[in-house]
Amino acid sequence: MSTETRARSAEDPNNPKSTGRSPKSNKALKEVGEDRRAATQGRWATILIAPAIIILGIVIVYPVINAIIMSFQADAGLDPETGLFTEGGFAGFSNYTGWLLQQCGGPNGTTVACSPGTLGAQFWEAFGTTFYFTIVTVALETVIGFWMALIMSRAFRGRSLLRASVLVPWAIPTAVTAKLWFFIFAFQGVINAVFNTDVLWTGSEGPARWAIIIADVWKTTPFMALLILAGLQIIPGDVYEAAKMDGASTWQRFRHITLPLVRPALMVAILFRVLDALRMYDLPQIMTGGANGTTTLSILVVEQIRQGFNAAAALSTITFLIIFIVAFIFVRFLGANAVDAATTSTRAG
Amino acid sequence: MKLPMKVMSVAAVAAVVASLAACSTGAGSGADAATANLDARGPITYVQGKDNSGIVNPLVEKWNADHPDERVTFKELTDEADQQHDDMVQNLQAQNKDYDVMSVDLVWTAEFAAKGWLQPLDDAGIDTSGMLQSTVDSGTYNDILYAAPVTSDGGILYYRTDLVPEPPTTWDEMMAMCPIAAQNGIACYAGQFAKYEGLTVNATEAINSAGGTVIDDEGNPALETDAAEQGLQNLADAYANGNIPAEAITYTEEEGRIAFQGGKLMFLRNWPYVYNLASTEGSSAVKDVLGMAALPGTDGPGASSLGGHNAAISVYSDTKATAIDFVKFLTSEENQRFYATQGSLAPTLSALYDDEALISELPYLPVLKTSIENAVPRPVTPFYPAVTNAIQDNAYAAIKGEKTVTEAMTDMQNSIESAGSQ
Amino acid sequence: MTTTTSPAPAPGTDLHAVTAAARAKGRNRERWASARTYISAVVIIVWCLLPAYWMVVTAFREVAFTYDPTPWFTHVSLENFETAFSTERGNRFGQALLNSFIISSVTTVIALLIGVFAAYALARLNFRGKFLILGVVLGASMFPGVALVTPLFQLFTNLSWIGTYQALIIPNISFVLPLTIYTLTSFFREMPWELEEAARIDGCTQGQAFRKVIMPLAAPAVFTTAILAFISAWNEFLIASQLSNSATQTVTVAIASFAGSQPQEEPYTAVMAAGTIVVVPLVILVLIFQRKIVAGLTAGAVK
Repeated sequence: MSTETRARSAEDPNNPKSTGRSPKSNKALKEVGEDRRAATQGRWATILIAPAIIILGIVIVYPVINAIIMSFQADAGLDPETGLFTEGGFAGFSNYTGWLLQQCGGPNGTTVACSPGTLGAQFWEAFGTTFYFTIVTVALETVIGFWMALIMSRAFRGRSLLRASVLVPWAIPTAVTAKLWFFIFAFQGVINAVFNTDVLWTGSEGPARWAIIIADVWKTTPFMALLILAGLQIIPGDVYEAAKMDGASTWQRFRHITLPLVRPALMVAILFRVLDALRMYDLPQIMTGGANGTTTLSILVVEQIRQGFNAAAALSTITFLIIFIVAFIFVRFLGANAVDAATTSTRAG
Repeated sequence: MKLPMKVMSVAAVAAVVASLAACSTGAGSGADAATANLDARGPITYVQGKDNSGIVNPLVEKWNADHPDERVTFKELTDEADQQHDDMVQNLQAQNKDYDVMSVDLVWTAEFAAKGWLQPLDDAGIDTSGMLQSTVDSGTYNDILYAAPVTSDGGILYYRTDLVPEPPTTWDEMMAMCPIAAQNGIACYAGQFAKYEGLTVNATEAINSAGGTVIDDEGNPALETDAAEQGLQNLADAYANGNIPAEAITYTEEEGRIAFQGGKLMFLRNWPYVYNLASTEGSSAVKDVLGMAALPGTDGPGASSLGGHNAAISVYSDTKATAIDFVKFLTSEENQRFYATQGSLAPTLSALYDDEALISELPYLPVLKTSIENAVPRPVTPFYPAVTNAIQDNAYAAIKGEKTVTEAMTDMQNSIESAGSQ
Repeated sequence: MTTTTSPAPAPGTDLHAVTAAARAKGRNRERWASARTYISAVVIIVWCLLPAYWMVVTAFREVAFTYDPTPWFTHVSLENFETAFSTERGNRFGQALLNSFIISSVTTVIALLIGVFAAYALARLNFRGKFLILGVVLGASMFPGVALVTPLFQLFTNLSWIGTYQALIIPNISFVLPLTIYTLTSFFREMPWELEEAARIDGCTQGQAFRKVIMPLAAPAVFTTAILAFISAWNEFLIASQLSNSATQTVTVAIASFAGSQPQEEPYTAVMAAGTIVVVPLVILVLIFQRKIVAGLTAGAVK
């Protein structure tokens, strides 16, 4: 801090007083300096952050606002006379209650409980499915990814081969991956052929979900592994040496050195995996089409867009809120460190 | 220090401006557009999904040679029906005037028409008299022709001539033959029973073949009838007793074809393309024992679900006279024949099905004609996405035995009613 | 003779024996540790490559034997690769590879530039509204991607941007930006910033100090982020499928537009061939990047 004050005052020759090496000497002066420093930093921060916010504003904020506005309009209804769709008009919160309370349109503008076969009836099931997939896949990916990263960080012959191999699943486009696994898990596919079984992988809930989980873990663990590996690489080696000297066991070193030091990177990786997993679409869509308890919220959004855009906008907003709550819990209570550390000053001030 | 907030507000303003711009194009009505540019001519774009057999480019070249001032550009979309649908919806919503002529899957016709996106063709002078009636019905919504049938498709029952000398004509006959399959250690019957659009095709076929109907003439669901119930019950029973093998609930068109080609299936409900592959592919074990028949019904041929594509004109096109001419060009007898011979796509003109030269090239034509003549378009409704979802979900549960057929029909009925009363 | 093979007792044996045993034990433990590393490495490689192997096997299989589950190379053919590049069948895969490369590279470079700026501000500078900004950045990863397509389509139609590179690059940047900013921020927090300050005392400007001291240290994070950004831009499908035209079609869209020779025939083998083609340059690219990471590490260590 003092260095910065020094540097800044060096840039400012018109203020000879502030070149004083000890800001402590004058309390009032120090406060002025801090204010000025904060102002300069704020200006710099604005310039540095503006490009990011502008791009996110165009591509994300605008569609989100657009969706929220649309979610308060009813979907078009059919005019029985002309057979043409007419504007739905203001809907209040009915699109939202429709999903949350599973109410569908009934005769003469009434609402009835959604019957099986409507998308509304699938909301809470899709909600559960999405969380099931998220928890299981992210947990597996974290553990396996950590293990992969630890192995990759060791020096041994053939490490390049290992690193190249780990990247392969992540580098294959998801559309290809999903088709590949669909093909592998098909009844006449290679898994049943090699193991001489005839499991209907996509024919019932348990196997269908696990087929998707296996495919997702295979595909996305490298993402985790790479981020954790980057975290491991900035840990200075001498920390380990010192711990070894002190006679710390492998587990102790992992528990007390690796884990805390890699935690910021790990938390960011987990946070983003959770956000992605909560929006999972391609794998279940291509592998099972959402059958047998594999319909996620994103699949529901896509199907609803085809049936009516306004209800879909409401569902998107609900999904957004659900994910927001999860992320908030993560950041606030589980200490996703990037945010935590970066915001301490804000909260303190 | 408040400056980051300023950035935020700039972004917010940009967002609001942009949303206003979007609103101005988003909420137009097609009513005025339908009467505009009717006599205008000029270059147009033809939009179609993946051109599997490479027949569109030669057709377009032929047209362009004769119409240098009204050239057609071919915009090729992907092979996935859902993606084609979404792409067309995006462009029609944005009132893109470049989507002049579109190849519309017949199940989207009503939806696009009801949204006011399709130019009514009643006065366009398109001759539908020689076309198969069910194909014309598929392009008609609210008694107005919105799309001209270009290609058609219908279900065919493939069977093994070595095991079944005489193909079954009714569902019960077919079920009675299943012990033959069991004796040979193969499965008896399969269609497309995975939960996707193919299941809607198969379930509506079962319902229509048993004398039921999904949506009645008034546009209301009519599923709680004995006949409709019987149709779905046939599938559920066959699945329960093993005449339909367990793995069939994971089958789309391709898995069924592979099982049949591999000699593991005696009867297969599928589209004409299976003939082209099963009769030629090196891996096919049934090349010489491949039989084709009309789908079995209650006491005669069953009612196939209709497939195919219709050519429709966007109301936003600014060169509609050219567009109409191009649609006529696509439906001309000469080009219908070209579709059939070069692309193995079933024509919509009735006369071509009796054409000896064509039959020698496409031996399935007579069977297909029976199939299409008896075909019922899948429910013609602007709420098709909701209807197909209701059918798939409930038929899948009923076939797997997770709910009774009666429950499934009630749920289907209620779900479709909900869709129509938003 | 036989007796001489066993070592003769010598003075001081006890001491020697003890150290030798300890050394042997240490060596054994090391050997065991390295064996475990190798076993783990083999398990990981097999797990990662086995499904990819099946992709390659299928890629080289004749179309007629697409569904043949024989787990090794049979009915080998190159026709799928020809199909993938066949413009006659409407597959513009070569063009798509180029497009994807341009789009992903530009996305990565811009996203990293913007991300480094933002992360520096978030990690290093004090200002209000930080929490809000972090929230907005994270919020960008919370909305279902599919719901973004329609508004973006209308916006870009109004701008006549459909079929341009920027219509694909700008959304891609915004998709990778949250992860980029978060990763870089979390790594920048861990940097020994006193080194930067020391460099400035040595006469570097703030920019120089950042570039010459901090960037080499942050290299593993920056390159890892670059790899992740590049691959996720490379794999993006949703936006590309609706906002591109035949000229700007990306690899993922090109693959999705593959079709069999028949209407309902699934072009699995061609898709797998395309997957194979796509993976090879990507892995090579990443290996080059990783060399850089190692270089960055050593550069950091020298400091």
